[in-house]
Amino acid sequence: MRLWIGPLLALTALALGACGGPFPQSALDPASDFAWKLQHLFEGIFLWAVVVFVLVEGALIVAILRFRERPGGPTPKATHGNTVLEIAWTLAPAVVLVLIAIPTVRVIWDVDRPARGESLVVEAIGHQWWWEFRYPELGIVTANELHIPVGVQVDVRLTSADVIHSFWFPRLGGKRDVIPGHETQIWFTADSAGLYLGQCAEFCGLSHALMKMQLVAESPAEFEAWVEHQKSDALVADSAAFADGSQAFMQGGCIACHAVRGTIAQGVLGPDLTHVGSRRRIAAGILENTPANMERWIKNSRGVKPGSLMVVPELDDETVSRIVAYLQSLK
Amino acid sequence: MSQTDAATMEMHSATGLPNRKVLMWAFIGSECMLFGSLIIVYMVYRGKSLVGPYPADLLNIPFITVTTFVLLMSSLMMVLALSAVQRGDMRWGKVWLFMTAFFGMIFLGGQVYEFTHFVHEGLTLQTNLFGGSFFLLTGTHGAHVTVGVIWLLSLFFMAQRGRLTQANAETVEIAGLYWHFVDVVWIVLFTLIYLLV
Amino acid sequence: MAVTAASPSGSAGHAHEGTYSGGLLSWITTVDHKRIGVMYGVSAFFFFLVGGIEALLIRLQLGSPESTLIDPDLYNQLFTMHGTTMVFLAIMPLSAAFFNFIVPLQIGARDVAFPRLNAFSFWVFFLGALFMNASFLFGGAPDAGWFGYANLTSTQYSPGIRVDFWVIGLLVLGVSSIAAALNFIVTIINLRCEGMTLMRMPLFTWMTLITSFLLVMAFPAITVGLVLLMFDRMFGTLFFNPMAGGDVLLWQHLFWIFGHPEVYILLLPGLGMVSEIIPVFSRKPLFGYAFVVYSGILIAFLGFGVWAHHMFAVGLGPVANTVFSAATMLIAIPTGVKIFNWIATLWGGSLRMRTPLYFSLGFIAMFIIGGLSGVMHASAAADLQQTDTYFIVAHIHYVLFGGVMFALFAGMYYWIPKVTGRMLSDRLGKLHFWIMLISFNLTFFPQHFLGLHGMPRRTFTYESGLGFEAMNLMSTVGSMFLGASMLIFIWNVLHMLRKGPPAGDDPWDGATLEWSMASPPPHYNFRALPVVHSRDPLWAADTTEAVPGDDPSVPEPHMPGPSYFPFVTAVGIVVMAAGGLTTALPVVAVGVALILFGIYGWAFQPLEH
Repeated sequence: MRLWIGPLLALTALALGACGGPFPQSALDPASDFAWKLQHLFEGIFLWAVVVFVLVEGALIVAILRFRERPGGPTPKATHGNTVLEIAWTLAPAVVLVLIAIPTVRVIWDVDRPARGESLVVEAIGHQWWWEFRYPELGIVTANELHIPVGVQVDVRLTSADVIHSFWFPRLGGKRDVIPGHETQIWFTADSAGLYLGQCAEFCGLSHALMKMQLVAESPAEFEAWVEHQKSDALVADSAAFADGSQAFMQGGCIACHAVRGTIAQGVLGPDLTHVGSRRRIAAGILENTPANMERWIKNSRGVKPGSLMVVPELDDETVSRIVAYLQSLK
Repeated sequence: MSQTDAATMEMHSATGLPNRKVLMWAFIGSECMLFGSLIIVYMVYRGKSLVGPYPADLLNIPFITVTTFVLLMSSLMMVLALSAVQRGDMRWGKVWLFMTAFFGMIFLGGQVYEFTHFVHEGLTLQTNLFGGSFFLLTGTHGAHVTVGVIWLLSLFFMAQRGRLTQANAETVEIAGLYWHFVDVVWIVLFTLIYLLV
Repeated sequence: MAVTAASPSGSAGHAHEGTYSGGLLSWITTVDHKRIGVMYGVSAFFFFLVGGIEALLIRLQLGSPESTLIDPDLYNQLFTMHGTTMVFLAIMPLSAAFFNFIVPLQIGARDVAFPRLNAFSFWVFFLGALFMNASFLFGGAPDAGWFGYANLTSTQYSPGIRVDFWVIGLLVLGVSSIAAALNFIVTIINLRCEGMTLMRMPLFTWMTLITSFLLVMAFPAITVGLVLLMFDRMFGTLFFNPMAGGDVLLWQHLFWIFGHPEVYILLLPGLGMVSEIIPVFSRKPLFGYAFVVYSGILIAFLGFGVWAHHMFAVGLGPVANTVFSAATMLIAIPTGVKIFNWIATLWGGSLRMRTPLYFSLGFIAMFIIGGLSGVMHASAAADLQQTDTYFIVAHIHYVLFGGVMFALFAGMYYWIPKVTGRMLSDRLGKLHFWIMLISFNLTFFPQHFLGLHGMPRRTFTYESGLGFEAMNLMSTVGSMFLGASMLIFIWNVLHMLRKGPPAGDDPWDGATLEWSMASPPPHYNFRALPVVHSRDPLWAADTTEAVPGDDPSVPEPHMPGPSYFPFVTAVGIVVMAAGGLTTALPVVAVGVALILFGIYGWAFQPLEH
């Protein structure tokens, strides 16, 4: 029975967004066990909604067409009600609701409990307006780009450094609020490799719309390789340009907030930059990680992301390009 | 609001109850939700303060038991005041109205003493969650008592000038409803804040 | 017709144009429920337009991806004020306009129980609304969302006075709402005319009564939340400070314990209007009156037990989510019962296809969609994908615009002839209806899919390449037509005021008492109070004598005289609020003095002339 619901939903969606799409951030395109559970539940409810919609709107339209006033028509009979009918249409929705409630409760107890069994623990910390990711068991700290192995359960522990945020990768499952003073939790197993898009879903101030993140699900082997690389200290190249850039970074005030492992930069307020050059995007997922974009970001972070808390001292163009070259080299 | 409503005189009351009494009951319903919400806040934050002073360090139960008794007695006097006005005995009506207000003032005096004492001991609104929720809850109640005292004194002065008579017994009854409600709220607060430390 | 005893409508209508005469001062001091109703209606519609313009600006910004038309700072103010305005300054007072004008007429009363308290409610609302909107002129409007989640509203994350405007403004508006609701509770319980038992009350009056109880019980919760927030912001308390052990979720509980009943506060009056209009235009009594009444009561009752369905993503745990899911689904049952009874009322009727019925039918059709999407997120698990996305934006607009606003327009087309004594154009009304219906769906239907495809709400921009462009553009185009449809309505009203044909006493062959008198009604409503014997007194042929009409031989009743004390007291409250906002103690003192002067003057002023 379920077989045709998916296509029906997709068809309606398609008809509406015929000129839209593809939808890389769509909740209707599940890619994890968690997302599939919610999708199946939603499809069931959607089916009932369609049935009820057709029946009730149909009855309304029939009533309108059939009982329009006509010249010489009969005077309506003053019926005041019918107890049997009333009971019937009190019970009918109740039955439908029970049929919706049963799978609902089953899924609630499946997804709202703590994770069971082996899982990879990730700590996600929401900041205005970026994400910090820590892998306590692996000793990795990174930002805005989460890597996970396909087929392994990931247990994300959520806390906030400031206000309430909400963690949401639509293709990997529902959202969970990130609340200061509370630790919340969400867990899922990605079922196929790929790049997934996510963003903050709870209004968190000026640049809430620009608080994005990416998730890379990869084969366990690729993930291992990534972990090994992330564990290593920042790269040190033996060139004059590198030394220049490194010096500009260390003396430019950046290290007050940013850390680059293996150097004197040990700031904790901003994203860890040890391997920033290897990330796909910068500024919490809103800019491609290119030298030009990084330069734009450093020179005008509040133009790119209004209200950004990054404090950049006065730097001349020359220094900025040196810093960018250095950061880009931190693969 | 205390004058008889011209329109009302001609509009009969479908329930037989005076409009102002129905108004007061509905208002008390709303007040229950107000104090209920404040009590929830206090209970949620019980034991959640990160720094002292804590309730057990400060609350002086014998003292508050005395002022609680005074407030309860004022309710009794309110009953006597109403009954005197209803039978047209304005002399005793005035006495009891004044005594009710006076006992209310003693209660308020106790609260002022308690608050100043706490502030001296280092508990302010900003100290911890206990300070904030305690002062807000008991302060809101104190504000209600204050309004009640002003109301009762207004009635007393009206009676002094002969503007309050047996015909206005309903006015006294409505003030009494409010006063009893405020007392009942205090019994709940006394139990939750002081007895269940 | 049953009301033939009433004097001929032409002369009666002419005789009572005095209902609205008099200068500005007479409006400020009036205590007549009809004039107060008109003032509520006009000002609420004004704020409806303000909120609408805010919405159109939001849609313009979202019409294209990565648009720079409106910066995020302004955008956040716009969506915060759009929500706050539509809920507190447009829909609630528009309902209050109908409560004021219609309820006393429907229950056969000459005014509300406390006419001056009524004037006070209006002035507090009106001045409070101006106060809230004045924020645009002083450093910007509130920008933390209409739901104002802690701790984004703390001074640390929202410095300045924007959020203070919101906190103090809502506290002021709360005074107005509670005062008005208390007044209507007493009015409906006590001032019903002889024979008007509870189960003979018109449905609109019933829903007003239930709404009033909801207001009185729900507003204290948000009042406490707002006071805690105000103390945090002004006196440095720690209620919502997580560093000191404060719990930011406490705000969400307090807000939604108010906020969900609030949804029914917005909705129930509309349900009541439609329950009046459908029978009149079907020429048939309401099907299952008792069931419609009880389902309204049940909706209100259940409305207090479902607040945490706004918090399914918070992580309250499976027990809470199960309980609140189940409770929320239960609400679908009484709501469904109402819809079935409306359809059953239409069934077998003789439908007069006039504008009020058009809007009522549009209401049912749209409300069904809003209800069904509501069931989708009543399921806590499915809601994890839907909450905080455009799916919810679509849902609330199907309920509050497709539902409530269609019903309120039905009510306006139905009762404006009674208010002004003139008929609106049916042709323009139907044009308004069709443009509004089509553009409404064009605006909001695609938003369901935007949400499911991953677009979060309250975002000032979206990236191109996520597939959101086309549907957002559709939505923006739709919203422009939706805005334009309001111009048709305004034109219709202005045209009516100048040239509208006289309405007569009872243009629709209505069933309830308000149609037994001249349009506009005389200031005393009824010379002799009516006696009713049935639910539809004007349809029952044998009650001609019971609904006496405006017999000039009966002396005019004395009505309460005008008073400026309610206005003075209201001014005092807003002055005190302004002083609190700027922490200017002398201003607060002036406000308190005005309040005391107003209250004492009020208490000792006799009501009669």
